Amino acid sequence: MAATESGVRERPTRSVAPPPAGLARWRRRYARRSPGEPRAIGYLYILPAVAVFVALVVVPFCQSVWYSLFDWDGLSVATWVGLGNYRSMATDPTLRAPFLHALTLLIFYALLPILIGLLLAATLTRVRVRGLTFFRVMLFLPQVLAMVVVALAFDFIYAPDGLLNTVLGWVGLGGLSRAWLGDFHLALPAVGLAGTWVGFGLCMVLFLAGAQSIPRELFEAARLDGAGAWQEFRAITLPALRPQIAVAATLTIVAGLRNFDLIYLTTSGGPGNSTAVPAYEVYHRAFETSQVGYGAAVGIALTVLVFVLTLVASRLIEGRRG
Amino acid sequence: MTDRRRPRRLPLLGAVAAAALLAACGTPGAGSSSTPEAKSPSSISTDPATAGNVTLSVWDQEVRGGQNAEITKLNKEFMARYPNVTIKRTAKSFSDLKTTLKLALSGNNPPDVVEANQGYPDMVSFVKAGMLTPLDSYAKVYGWDQRYPASLLDLNRVSDDASHFGEGKLYGLSQMGEFVGIYYNKDKLKSLGLQPPKTWQDFVADLPKIKAEGQVPIMFGNLDKWPAIHEFGVIQAQTAGADAVRNLVFGTGNASWTDPNTVKAATTLQDWVKQGYFQSGVNGTKYDDAAKQFAHGQGVFLITGTWEAAVLEPDMGSSLGMMVTPPPSGQQPTTTGGESLAFAVTSKATDPDVAAAYINFITNAHAGDVMTETGNLPAVPSSKAKAISTNQVEGQIVQGWEQLSAANGLVPYLDYSTPTFYDTITAALQSLIGGQMSPQQFTQTLQKDYSTFHSGS
Repeated sequence: MAATESGVRERPTRSVAPPPAGLARWRRRYARRSPGEPRAIGYLYILPAVAVFVALVVVPFCQSVWYSLFDWDGLSVATWVGLGNYRSMATDPTLRAPFLHALTLLIFYALLPILIGLLLAATLTRVRVRGLTFFRVMLFLPQVLAMVVVALAFDFIYAPDGLLNTVLGWVGLGGLSRAWLGDFHLALPAVGLAGTWVGFGLCMVLFLAGAQSIPRELFEAARLDGAGAWQEFRAITLPALRPQIAVAATLTIVAGLRNFDLIYLTTSGGPGNSTAVPAYEVYHRAFETSQVGYGAAVGIALTVLVFVLTLVASRLIEGRRG
Repeated sequence: MTDRRRPRRLPLLGAVAAAALLAACGTPGAGSSSTPEAKSPSSISTDPATAGNVTLSVWDQEVRGGQNAEITKLNKEFMARYPNVTIKRTAKSFSDLKTTLKLALSGNNPPDVVEANQGYPDMVSFVKAGMLTPLDSYAKVYGWDQRYPASLLDLNRVSDDASHFGEGKLYGLSQMGEFVGIYYNKDKLKSLGLQPPKTWQDFVADLPKIKAEGQVPIMFGNLDKWPAIHEFGVIQAQTAGADAVRNLVFGTGNASWTDPNTVKAATTLQDWVKQGYFQSGVNGTKYDDAAKQFAHGQGVFLITGTWEAAVLEPDMGSSLGMMVTPPPSGQQPTTTGGESLAFAVTSKATDPDVAAAYINFITNAHAGDVMTETGNLPAVPSSKAKAISTNQVEGQIVQGWEQLSAANGLVPYLDYSTPTFYDTITAALQSLIGGQMSPQQFTQTLQKDYSTFHSGS
């Protein structure tokens, strides 16, 4: 403790005139820039957002990286294992299947929604549909529903006496009916199709927006040259939509790989482990079996996978820039 | 939209580096306390009235209808009796409590009394981290070992080295009992000309008869994965016997899951699926849906726990019956069961004596009456519970619980066996039911998990 008088001690006066050398240098550097160029003050403007981002995303992420280097049950003192968790992850047979499932699910979460979205967008731009807004809203609806609602709806559809089997019975295909979510081979595609249903609306809206910015003259010219619907689509719509497809791919791949809620709510990874996915394993290990370090390591691995896949996908689709 | 200027990444990198430094604040969990010392019985005060003003913070998971009513009433009575004690209750659902309790316990100001789940990921981990107070001295002072049968207390014991549970120091008391038995539809049995089975052989013999009449013998929903533990546990208890199963679950690893009796249980379960003794699509039917369909008149039997009576009764009324799994002829009844989560005292509790007095209060004979009035099965049935007519399902449940206690016939939930056993057995059971695994492969899968755990510790 310093003397109690310190509060009333006179503050040293600071000369105002010459700015500190460092600041002067910065000023000179930015003064040279023409208007519209980035200025240091810009960082001040984004500071609140960056602070929130750092506190809620960067810090927890770094914490996860840190935890993943320990063998920790979440309670007692952790033991440092370095890259041990990552090493055992590479050899853990119970993790291979979940990662494989996640990649399979990408067909349903990314590929199918994009294909359906393209088809719908191409059709809706070519054919004049009455009440286009209505259809757009209806097709986009799954995207705004809470995942819990979607999961419950699909539980109902896939139940042994559910909608799907009932309809199959009506059309004389009762022999095909089964407990879809309980079937070892079909549970994964069944859950995947729920993801397709959720995802295609977003893709469609993205592509519709993109298609509207294609100059109409291009289509007219193509038609004069005698192009059919398919040729028009291949030669004009598809190349013009490349950036939108890249965005859609990024979003759907991220959604597909981090897919947790749908699995958790419909199958909990079953039957057997046939629908287990990495995101579910992260939750499961961290919260249910007290392997916080290992769970964190799986989470980091999943993050890396998401990064790599989205990067590769968008590069491939969009082509090299500049 | 080409932008040839390199984006300025430095400030962002700086922020990330700073955050990384923040995160690396030391070894996780390093702040936890050492093992708490137990009080000697002579230094314990059993009168909370003398404790001065105390706020008792309690975290429980008694949120459903009757359970909430029961604990609310007991809390009120406790505070009326000891006006100097204020109970601050935090009620969370089972899974919410499971995920948040760890964080709460590792904080600097944990609750005084918490409801801890039995098993490796919960109670054993808490004890290992020194977060719970051993209650053996209190058990002596309050006579808990006379109040409870040993098999129930053992479930809440953790070994001194915190490597396993089922023996060692006592860390909590449970309010309620539960067991897996066979619900039956009285009307349907009558219309089929059958009596409620008295022996396991009778029960098994009824299944093909019911099937032949075009009815579903047993309703069974296993989409949720865990219900099959109970289905299989009930069968295994009959084929292997109570001692063998207990030895498997709590044992030191000398028993084996591949023994012929367990293989036989697995064969029986798979056979029942093949014979169509369950409705089709077991693995794709939700537990709740199967129960609902049973309540609406589908199927003759439903094998599940006492907790489901409150769900089934409103729909079925007097046509609902429940029995302890009938034993093979000439043997004592034995079935899967246990007790509700244990009320435990944390090691940082402000006043452990008051906390223990509270636990004593909510588990004594009077509390048993309150539980009975609110439709719960007290772990130690009071005279009020015993007075319920066995024409009612509640009466049958109390009677069944008494039979099991007398015969010492409760066998623990199989997923207690190892920390990862829940995963292993639920996935393997779905495979067994789906025909993906043979009974032999099934038991070998269980044995692999079991021996890995026991050789590692």
